[in-house]
Amino acid sequence: MREHGARAIRLVSLPLLCFAAVSAAPIAWADGPQSSPSIFAPASTPASSIQDLSWFVLAITGGIFVTVGGLLAWAIFRYRARKTDDDSEPAQIYGSTQVELAWTVIPILIVVVLFLTTARIIFAIQDAPKPQVALDVTVVGHQFWWEFRYPKLGIVTANELHVPVSSALEPRPTFLHLLSADVDHSFWVPQLAGKTDLIPNHPNDMWIDPRHTGLYVGQCAQFCGVEHAKMLLRVYVDTPEEFDTWVKQQRQPGMQDSSVAAGRHIFETEACTNCHTIAGTAATGTFGPNLTHLESRATIAAGAALNTTENLHAWIQDPDHFKPGALMPAMQLSGEQIDELVAYLTTLH
Amino acid sequence: MADQTLPIAGSLDVTPQRLSRAQVLEWLHGWVVTVDHKRLGILYVVYGIIFLLVAGAEAMAIRIQLAWPGMHFLSPELYNEMFTMHGTTMVFLVGMTILFGFANYLVPLMIGARDMAFPRLNAFSFWMTAFGGLLIYYSFIGGFGLYGMGAAPDVGWWAYAPLTARAFSPGHATDYWALALIVAGFGTLGTAINIIATALSMRCRGMSLLRMPLFVWLMLVTSALTLITITPLTAAQIMLLIDRYLGGHFFDTQAGGSAVVWMHFFWIFGHPEVYVLVMPAFGIANEIIPVFSRKAIFGYPAMVAASVGIAFVSMGVWAHHMFTVGMTSVGNAFFVLSTMLVGIPTGIKIFNWVATIWGGKIRFATPMLFCLGFLFQFLIAGLTGIMLSVAPWNWQLHNSYFVIAHFHYVLVGAIVFNIFAGIYYWYPKVTGRMLSETLGKWHFWLFLIGFHITFDTMHFVGFLGMPRSIYTYEPDRGWNHLNFIISIGGMIQGIAVLIFAWNLVQSYFRGRKAGNDPWDAWTLEWSTPSPPPAYNFATDPVVHSRRPLWDLKHPEDPDWKYEA
Amino acid sequence: MSAIPISPVAEPWRLPSRGRVAMLALITGESAIFTIFVVAYIFYIGKSLTGPTPLQVLDIPWFNTICLLSSSVSILIAERQIERGKMRGFMMWWALTIALGMIFIGGTAVEWHKLIYVDGLTIRTNLFGTTFYSLVGLHATHVVVGLIGLSLILIFTLTGHVKEQHSERIQVFALYWHFVDAVWVVVFTVVYIVGR
Ligand code: HEA
Ligand code: HEA
Ligand code: HEC
Ligand code: CUA
Ligand SMILES: [Cu+2]
Repeated sequence: MREHGARAIRLVSLPLLCFAAVSAAPIAWADGPQSSPSIFAPASTPASSIQDLSWFVLAITGGIFVTVGGLLAWAIFRYRARKTDDDSEPAQIYGSTQVELAWTVIPILIVVVLFLTTARIIFAIQDAPKPQVALDVTVVGHQFWWEFRYPKLGIVTANELHVPVSSALEPRPTFLHLLSADVDHSFWVPQLAGKTDLIPNHPNDMWIDPRHTGLYVGQCAQFCGVEHAKMLLRVYVDTPEEFDTWVKQQRQPGMQDSSVAAGRHIFETEACTNCHTIAGTAATGTFGPNLTHLESRATIAAGAALNTTENLHAWIQDPDHFKPGALMPAMQLSGEQIDELVAYLTTLH
Repeated sequence: MADQTLPIAGSLDVTPQRLSRAQVLEWLHGWVVTVDHKRLGILYVVYGIIFLLVAGAEAMAIRIQLAWPGMHFLSPELYNEMFTMHGTTMVFLVGMTILFGFANYLVPLMIGARDMAFPRLNAFSFWMTAFGGLLIYYSFIGGFGLYGMGAAPDVGWWAYAPLTARAFSPGHATDYWALALIVAGFGTLGTAINIIATALSMRCRGMSLLRMPLFVWLMLVTSALTLITITPLTAAQIMLLIDRYLGGHFFDTQAGGSAVVWMHFFWIFGHPEVYVLVMPAFGIANEIIPVFSRKAIFGYPAMVAASVGIAFVSMGVWAHHMFTVGMTSVGNAFFVLSTMLVGIPTGIKIFNWVATIWGGKIRFATPMLFCLGFLFQFLIAGLTGIMLSVAPWNWQLHNSYFVIAHFHYVLVGAIVFNIFAGIYYWYPKVTGRMLSETLGKWHFWLFLIGFHITFDTMHFVGFLGMPRSIYTYEPDRGWNHLNFIISIGGMIQGIAVLIFAWNLVQSYFRGRKAGNDPWDAWTLEWSTPSPPPAYNFATDPVVHSRRPLWDLKHPEDPDWKYEA
Repeated sequence: MSAIPISPVAEPWRLPSRGRVAMLALITGESAIFTIFVVAYIFYIGKSLTGPTPLQVLDIPWFNTICLLSSSVSILIAERQIERGKMRGFMMWWALTIALGMIFIGGTAVEWHKLIYVDGLTIRTNLFGTTFYSLVGLHATHVVVGLIGLSLILIFTLTGHVKEQHSERIQVFALYWHFVDAVWVVVFTVVYIVGR
């Protein structure tokens, strides 16, 4: 898959870079795309039909570039003024209707071809019917984090989306219903599909059917305020078994562990409950991410930091440390209080 | 920029003398109250170049911040202000002012008129625009109003609702953005009206519409387009201010308002706006390419028709900026088609330029070098535009660095290149002195190299999934080296622009004397002294063809014999 | 430019009046502004989340409309009069135009007063209020600007500064007033007929 992406990019560079070979070097030099969300490494139907379309368009535009650019370069070279020239003026040519007509008609034909091909893919992706087996997820964009609701499964989680893998034999696409709680955002995981915006008061839909398991990264692609850059997205494509286990676990209420009662008490008496929900406790806020299964996530704060004890501590002490401008306030707690809070949070598997 | 006509022999006092305070004040006063189209043209261009340096410095700050992941050169807030101000300044205060400055200076000269149709409106328009620019930059000081100091608009140059609502953008920065652009917009509207009236009603005898230099045609079409594109922005910004100050609900999604409506209004302005910027640049190329190829422009009527065609089609393509907002599939398909159609008249232009060069004797002076760079870059930029207009592919590319690459290829690779070409070409007319060719060559090559290092590479980070408007990025995405290269290219461009600025200043004092017609050109402005006297032409010129000076220089073979 | 060869054919040289061209250009620009406001109005018809609705509070301003539209006729007659040098007639018809415009603005003021104090509809009440006051207000602003211009010209006429030879400029200005009237037809249709 990665190989493919790298090769794709080198191919693309060909038509585009004739004029400036300078830039070709960096492509080879591009640091190992461990998790590079390249649009040329698709893993889902919408993304790969877009890729196929893009090869076609690249071929045509590349052809136009080579032809027109070639003629231009040739003209410049051939008709340069030379030392040996006398100072007579060259023959004056004012135009030609036939030529003019030719270079109007040919582009029209090209446009027709491009348009028809494009239209076909638009309808194929956008108007694809939703199969019975499809998984429904409602995505709500917040300044600067993602809320994922699985309405039929009764799950609410944040920032890390889990979906089942989908194969030709056992199709299991995921249909996303996109909403926004505040401003415009955009859901973009390049390897799975093109982006679609999350706009308040204007629900949108899109779908993916990932064919390989693994982690796919992306991020919010519509400027949405201070921390737009750190509104990252992680999509885990699970095997059906993994997915079922994950679902079962997410449907449990929050863990009750008496050894961390102190932390839980702080959580419930400080303002945390105004913004966060932990199922099975008094915390029912919805302004911030649902923390019921915080420990099932690899990152916190929409991918701004890894989910470790130290990072949790730093985050609660001062969210601006990772994400200056994030909408969670620093709660002015003492070090011990935060330690106890973190101890409690880390039990929320 | 002396206002007197040719100096009378012996009357010139060449001993250097110091200007007294009163003289300096009088000189300044002269510039402030002037209604002369040439002085206003110069004011526009100088004003634009100053803002080019400012907005360029902002771009440098952006590039330093993005050179490496996790940089702390700019805070997130400051970064957002930087790219918003960079985009807004470049579009409204650099592109528009310089190009309208060219129009101000050249249109009357090219059509054999003594001034614009409404000289006082002209001065008024300039000062409105100038005031708009000061107003938006004042937001760096006054943006928070009473809440504290220092905030510029940070909502992007498209300022999507509802991020601009009071709830999400408190303080006054957004108000400055809207107000300043409304003010500058009225200035632009005034200039556009003026140019239309000048081109239609002030032509000298014999200058029929189909004998106007193409630059004038392009400015006429651009101005007509301006009338109907700047105004929607003004309307939308009035609505935004009604929302922000009077509690209206146009874009208030909590009260049934629509965020998508703002997008439509903005792009109904925003798309034609990019053609408003590029068409005067085409106009510059239309003047320079023939002169340095030593041939008449190929297919003049087709060029005129294509310009009008572009203007018309460009009004029906705006939603290609909105393929990801969830339009119906039919809506998407419609805008794919209309967008691609723009390629046809634009193609006609490119082909005609190639045909003009074909069979010529090309002289590679600096203006021509910039124009040739423009031809290649615009070809590529147009083709990446076609790629973006393929809606499904756009779902991937939208708001990625590929888009940034596409539009810098046009805005820098086409427009700024042609602006440079135009400055090298007409500077002798304006100041009476040539710009240094040596510095010009350095400027060209460095800028070309920097340009390609920066903006070619941007296409690829775009393919690799890097979104725009982000102040930093994750180190594991494969974007690190590419971004570093982009930043280096930016610095090289910066150095080139500094060379250019130095060339402007030093040639003013030391440049070779130009004479009336240093390039052996064909349009009317070259028949006047350099710099032209206050009333341009001692007697009203009469023309018989599109190239009056060609007729003059080749009485045995004048143009009017061949023009239908 | 004396060196340029004398034209083989002496063509007559006539160019359009720059005033007229400029006014038409201005009107084109203004039309675009109105288009945007009209489109916003139409788009938001029926989208308000709370009352009052147009049907509940708006009365059709027939009288106002008739006054404004007839002012287009009266200004046309005034143009004719000054063209023929009949300054007294010009003055009368011009004054009548102002009076009709004033009645229109007065009517709008009464309407707004009722809407605000009786029906409690302000620009912040709901989307209808926002779009209604913006669109009608934009038009009213143009009427006011027009009235100021008309009155200035009347004053200059009274003081004897406007003469027969200014009829071209008077006509150019009258174009603006015709435009303001024409826009009202659109606003009226959209707000009081379609939108109700
Ligand atoms: C002067 C500026 C300028 C110009 C001239 C153009 C020209 C074009 N632009 Fe560009 N564009 C911008 C400035 C410009 N653009 C800016 C600033 C943005 C981003 C705004 C923002 O989001 O901030 C943008 C964004 C933008 C988008 C939206 C991207 C996104 O955000 O998702 C699209 C999509 O369709 C697009 C398309 C085009 C097309 C098709 C043309 C065409 O006009 C190009 C036509 C030219 C050619 C095609 C080449 C020559 C033709 C031939 C050789 C003939 C043969 C060719 C064919 C038959 C195809 N542009
Ligand atoms: C005419 C228009 C124009 C021009 C000329 C430029 C020129 C440049 N632009 Fe600009 N740009 C825009 C219009 C333009 N841009 C627009 C509309 C946006 C979108 C904004 C938005 O999203 O809201 C944008 C956004 C934009 C971004 C994306 C920001 C983001 O989305 O996060 C970047 C990133 O690299 C960038 C870089 C550059 C660079 C390196 C140049 C260079 O070519 C600049 C070269 C000039 C100079 C360097 C100035 C001269 C030198 C000095 C003043 C001395 C200082 C020099 C040094 C320190 C070396 N631009
Ligand atoms: C004013 C509302 C608010 C309060 C009060 C608040 N938070 Fe938050 N919290 C948020 C928001 C908003 C985010 C998401 C920030 C982001 O990613 O940009 C968040 C994120 C978090 C996260 C990371 C969750 C994830 O999955 O990414 C943790 C952990 C957290 N908060 C813990 C706490 C604790 C503990 C307290 C009390 C001491 C608290 N919060 C109080 C709003 C709040
Ligand atoms: Cu959310 Cu950007
Ligand atoms: Cu566009």
